[in-house]
Amino acid sequence: MSMPSDATGAAVEPAIGTLPEGAEAVTAPGEPPPLRPHLPRPVLIARIVIGVALSVAALYAPFYFTPENNRILSQALYLSIAAMGLNLLTGFTGQVSIGHGAFFGVGAFTTAILMVDHGWTFEATIPVAAVLSGLVGLLVGFPALRVRGLYLALVTLALAVLFPRVASKYVEGAGGVALLRPRRSEFASLIDGLDDDQWAYFVCLVLAVVLFVLAWNLVRGRMGRAMVAVRDQEIAATTVGVNLAGTKVGTFALSAAYAGVAGSLSVMIDRIADATSPILYLQRSIEFLVAMVIGGAATILGPAVGAFLLVWLRRNTEDLVEGKEILAPAIFGAALIAIVYVLPEGVVGGVDRLLARVGRRSSGSLVRPAPASASDVPDDSTNPGGSHEEGT
Amino acid sequence: MQLFIEQVLNGIGNGVVYGSVALALVLIFRTTGILNFAQGEMALFSTYITWKLASESDGFGLPIVAAIGISMAIAFIAGAAIERVLIRPVEQARSPLNVVIVTLGLFLGLNSVAQLIFGTDPQLMPSPFPDGNVELFSSGGDAVVVSKATIGLVLVLLAECLLLWFLLQRTKLGLKLRAVASNPDSARLHGIKAGTMLMLGWAMAAAIGALAGSLVASQRTGFDGSLMQIIIVYAFAAAALGGFDSLIGAVVAGVVVGIADALTIQYVDPLEGIEVVVPLGLIFVVLIILPNGLFGRRTVERV
Repeated sequence: MSMPSDATGAAVEPAIGTLPEGAEAVTAPGEPPPLRPHLPRPVLIARIVIGVALSVAALYAPFYFTPENNRILSQALYLSIAAMGLNLLTGFTGQVSIGHGAFFGVGAFTTAILMVDHGWTFEATIPVAAVLSGLVGLLVGFPALRVRGLYLALVTLALAVLFPRVASKYVEGAGGVALLRPRRSEFASLIDGLDDDQWAYFVCLVLAVVLFVLAWNLVRGRMGRAMVAVRDQEIAATTVGVNLAGTKVGTFALSAAYAGVAGSLSVMIDRIADATSPILYLQRSIEFLVAMVIGGAATILGPAVGAFLLVWLRRNTEDLVEGKEILAPAIFGAALIAIVYVLPEGVVGGVDRLLARVGRRSSGSLVRPAPASASDVPDDSTNPGGSHEEGT
Repeated sequence: MQLFIEQVLNGIGNGVVYGSVALALVLIFRTTGILNFAQGEMALFSTYITWKLASESDGFGLPIVAAIGISMAIAFIAGAAIERVLIRPVEQARSPLNVVIVTLGLFLGLNSVAQLIFGTDPQLMPSPFPDGNVELFSSGGDAVVVSKATIGLVLVLLAECLLLWFLLQRTKLGLKLRAVASNPDSARLHGIKAGTMLMLGWAMAAAIGALAGSLVASQRTGFDGSLMQIIIVYAFAAAALGGFDSLIGAVVAGVVVGIADALTIQYVDPLEGIEVVVPLGLIFVVLIILPNGLFGRRTVERV
């Protein structure tokens, strides 16, 4: 798996959201909580080594693989962007959405329509797609202030079901169906020496790295604290001065914009914006949710790990059942259930806990226990989930 | 006028189906606090079992009523097994998102396994109701008719709803079920076997789904793996509209959604092809005004 280098750096700090609420309280009274939690040296070194190795791999990958494999890698990259958007909303802010497929669709169709009907170049449409889907997210975010938990999940579900129907009514591609295919040549590489598929991969990679770093910065700061507070205890958050409406609506819009960028990129990778299947965008929403959860909700690297795992899993379940394609979803579903069983906190959550344990052992008693590591809570098995409880 | 009444009746016929699937969703939600995305596909699987038992040409040729009964019994056991084997271990980790993933996994898995076993061709389900129409009344030469199947469907749903209400509100078992739903830990302290109650909730919901699926399939001219895909969306809509903890609410809302849908198809031409906007828009508006739905209870939250 290739991982954006800067986002790998994010692993140096345990993500805020994975911490149990009481974590800060462990710090000695009167001492401000350290911004960068102290990490045991072996863990730090291991992370740096892994990070460097992954970024080298990420940069070398498109020259090593076939165009077909590059396309799959790029799919995993745009899927990670969408999963990251959902992670900001669901993982960190606790608002469950099953409608991100619709924002993804808005992004995809914005790009496709601008290219096919108005002759824009692809790269110029990405910001427009981001802004438009962000605006739609803003519109949905306001009603979401009233509707909470499960009901919100349902409202967003409705959004995902509605999108292809509305799109197929108002979008007319060739032959009168809601299906747009920009010409292949319009995605040509802008840099000499890079093939089209390599160029597409790097566009996805750069955007993924930029958006992951942005998200990482966001959740570390004021906004991130507000988001986690809203997730863990909405009413208590308002009493300490968190702007509930602003946090929720803002996160909704940003999260939708991430999905929009992913949708826009999907047009470049898959060369199609399609609204002919009534449940396609619901399936997309489910994909984002699954990528986020198996990677690790409320972690920075989780969505990327989950997205790559998902794409890998889907590809291999397809190959596994030659001649009986109909069984592929069953194996895929079973694999999902198995992952949730083995790693209830997702891959990144599980690895984080493992590293915290290793780190504690190797650093012995010389180093003050890292205040922010989950290992300080003896019965931490119930904690990460507990912090999600308000979410649904 | 005649057209209007016929459309309303049409809507009621569809609406009771949405209502009865919503009933199953609400039942699981009330007893376990889980939103079961696999409900539709569980019902689809049971529907195929009913079809296999009842079909003259490809199955065992049992009478349709017996087939539905056996299928409901199988669904009852399977529902309990799903709760015990798949849901509970994940639920104990106290992460609702993971439970959502498991039900989504079930959704994908059940659908494809059902199509693998029973094939992808459309199948014909025999109807348990007599053929023909009943004339309700005639006004100026135009008779308003309703099919006997629709009447049968409404009656079955009403009976089902009454039975469930009686079970939950008027029996000791129902009291235990409600106690576990409201607070599993205190229920346990009172000697209620919480695990058994949770299994029972899923088992009953699966059986209701089997009934609803079999009946709706019998009204179609053929059904395949996509039978429940639109129904489940309308059922979710009905459940949300009715307030997630109200059985009566689910049924009433199901009918409201059905009627709204039928009238839109008939009268609102600009929305042709996107009629689904209306019921979904309805939910949107209702939830914004009444966040707990039409019949849901207001909850007080402690901080």
